Amino acid sequence: MWQTLDDFYWTYQSLIHGIGVNGILALSIYVVLAVGQLSLGQAAFMGVGAYTGALLTVKFGTPFAVSMAAAAAVPALIALVVGGPTLRLTGVYLAIATIGLGEITRIVFLNWEYAGGALGLSGIPEKGGVLAIYGTLAVVLIALILVARSRIGRAMEAMREDEAAAGVMGVNLPRYRMTALVVSSSLAGIAGCLSAHVSSFIGPNEYGFETAVTILSYALLGGIGSPVAPVLGAAILTLLPEVLRPLADFRLMVNGLIIVVAVLFMPRGILPWRIARTG
Amino acid sequence: MSASPLLAVEGLTRRFQGLVAVDSVDLAVREGTVHGLIGPNGAGKTTLFNMVSGVLAPSAGTVRLDGRALDCLAPYRRTALGLARTFQNIRIFSEMTVLENVMTGLHTRLSARLGILLRSPGFRAEERGAKARARELLAFVGLSEAADLRAGALPYGDQRRLEIARALACEPRLLLLDEPAAGMNPAETHALLALLRRLRDERGLTLLLVEHDMPLVMSLCDRLTVLNFGRRIADGTPAEVRAHPAVIEAYLGAGTAQAGTAQGHPDAHPQGAVS
Repeated sequence: MWQTLDDFYWTYQSLIHGIGVNGILALSIYVVLAVGQLSLGQAAFMGVGAYTGALLTVKFGTPFAVSMAAAAAVPALIALVVGGPTLRLTGVYLAIATIGLGEITRIVFLNWEYAGGALGLSGIPEKGGVLAIYGTLAVVLIALILVARSRIGRAMEAMREDEAAAGVMGVNLPRYRMTALVVSSSLAGIAGCLSAHVSSFIGPNEYGFETAVTILSYALLGGIGSPVAPVLGAAILTLLPEVLRPLADFRLMVNGLIIVVAVLFMPRGILPWRIARTG
Repeated sequence: MSASPLLAVEGLTRRFQGLVAVDSVDLAVREGTVHGLIGPNGAGKTTLFNMVSGVLAPSAGTVRLDGRALDCLAPYRRTALGLARTFQNIRIFSEMTVLENVMTGLHTRLSARLGILLRSPGFRAEERGAKARARELLAFVGLSEAADLRAGALPYGDQRRLEIARALACEPRLLLLDEPAAGMNPAETHALLALLRRLRDERGLTLLLVEHDMPLVMSLCDRLTVLNFGRRIADGTPAEVRAHPAVIEAYLGAGTAQAGTAQGHPDAHPQGAVS
């Protein structure tokens, strides 16, 4: 029994890691969407976290906990600085500004020789692993559920439904927007650091626009009625290409088709259940 | 009670490119009164409301609440100082339950932070208190039965009442109501009138309301301000305003002032509303 489980883990290791990491990324975009904003900068923040953590571990040999803390803090600081001007924007304008931020980050990594430049950073020691990934996912998920069921959760949903009305109800809109962006970038950074330490290699092109859209699609497919929904969306979208492997060349087509059908016919996501907002 | 007004608006102006939507309007609302803001469509009433509540920045002029200038304060700061409002087109949070809507109005009165993650006794007591307070307000407006329904599923008149309950949760000193009777049937309007009277008489709340339903305005308001094309054209008690030639002209058109005065009672209008 134990042997079978062990074999299973070794065979599907990267998939298991991927589901957990992508779950954390899904929560990171959830935090932004939950206050009614649209960010496409999550991949960039993930990249900053990945590079911060990996550079510390590889070049300075810091303990994993220190790399993780830095990987959470650096993206949060960037979000704090960038948030000032960009959070004056809303909707599609904010999305475009965050795409720009993502491109800038990618180009910086691409040209930063110390961090490996275009070749990326390899030989990252394996740390954390499945326990750290799923432990983090569980802690973040529970924390977000608790926050959802409080005055903060009510304020967030109110902002998403009608920002002006939420402001008139006494919700400090700029502060909520900023906090959401900082928390979400921090989560993306943590996810980046965790994934860097199980994949041994990171490159500048892993954190581009495509990744940003993939992260957004977790929340689109899962829904944002509760923090559980985007995590489910991430799990499905990570598993889908593997499950569809027997279809060979048609795999990506069917993959895309399933997403389109889900978004069209389940606009609230596959888990539309709405979490209660009272504690 | 002090002689100075609770809300003092001076020279308030808002320009949208070439259009002057509100043109140096003065307005004073005394504590404990119901003050009506009336005028034909497009007179600038909602624009004035938006500037008072901080949703829109004025081009010129000042707004004072109990002597304190509100000019640069964001809406949430004004809420904390005792200002609340409802919207012309209902803006409840329709996905949330009725109770959660009212609890959202309590936002500035709640302070839990870390306790939220720890589910501390303090947090739980605060949530219990908030729930009880919200239920009390729902009972006050007559929506107790609907507490756990989705707000968007309520009938129209109930949504209006929910919006008032949500605004009351902010514990305002001054409540701005933007056309609270719009779209209501006579029975609902009648119930609304009783509710608004109770707000003033039982709770000592000060109300500033925009309304087109003249019978409601005339029987409820202690004082009226009339706007037309962004300018204040009259100010006084309902009886004074009703007889004011400029008001009759604005509502019925030039040349009918004589007929209007002779008729004397806009509230006897068959439709009950002047728009």
